[in-house]
Amino acid sequence: MTLNLFYFLSFLGVIFALLVVFSKNPVHSVLYLILTFFTIAGHYVLLKAEFLAVVHIIVYAGAIMVLFLYVLMMLNLNHESEPHKRNLVKIAACICSGLLLVVLVGSLKGTELMVNQSPELADIGAVKNLGRMLFNEFLLPFEITSILLLSAMVGSIMLASPKKTTQE
Amino acid sequence: MTKQGVPIDFYIWLSAALFTIGVLGVLFRKNAIIVFMCIELMLNAVNLLMVAFSNYYSDGSGQVFVFFIMAVAAAEVAVGLAILTMTYRNTKTTDINVLNKLKW
Repeated sequence: MTLNLFYFLSFLGVIFALLVVFSKNPVHSVLYLILTFFTIAGHYVLLKAEFLAVVHIIVYAGAIMVLFLYVLMMLNLNHESEPHKRNLVKIAACICSGLLLVVLVGSLKGTELMVNQSPELADIGAVKNLGRMLFNEFLLPFEITSILLLSAMVGSIMLASPKKTTQE
Repeated sequence: MTKQGVPIDFYIWLSAALFTIGVLGVLFRKNAIIVFMCIELMLNAVNLLMVAFSNYYSDGSGQVFVFFIMAVAAAEVAVGLAILTMTYRNTKTTDINVLNKLKW
């Protein structure tokens, strides 16, 4: 049952990811990417990481992709205005990524994983355990993340606001 | 095997496939916004593998790392889209082949 769900979600995820790359309209690409993120959230639920699944949907589908859609609409790129690359470049891109896939699969195929299946800690993905870990071992990175987000906010506002004093 | 009966190899193959599709998109498309989206796809492939191994080894650190990666991705997207808006205002395009002033 779980294996069938895994196959279903993986198939959908790969198909939607390919559609992100190959669809002509940028808005369709964004929508397919949202669907890909939903399938990845389904994988998180299968892996018993419910907190991460919810955060993934909220952050990616709710915040990041809305930002992408907003910028696409604001720049008025929601039509098929994109000039296409030459066919040679496209074929080279396909060959390069195919070779990368071959390298990744070939290098990971023969690896022997440590079998370390400790049966305790049944639900590590629960909010309680994850929050305890986040606020004990990872407290300093958590605080630094807040500074990172603050600086990203200030930086993006500074970058995107129009200059006023360039005329003189 | 993960706890739910899916072999860990399958997650490795799936993540490799998603990562490769992201690389393909970066090489294939000319629109800078789509290139950004494909970078997000690559980050998500890595996240998926981290959660799978976190389940495999019963260690919560992987999931905390994924949490941090999400925060960094949000910051990256905010700054990157601000830069794109700025360049669009100056050059009226998001074609990455036009933005070649830093090329030697």
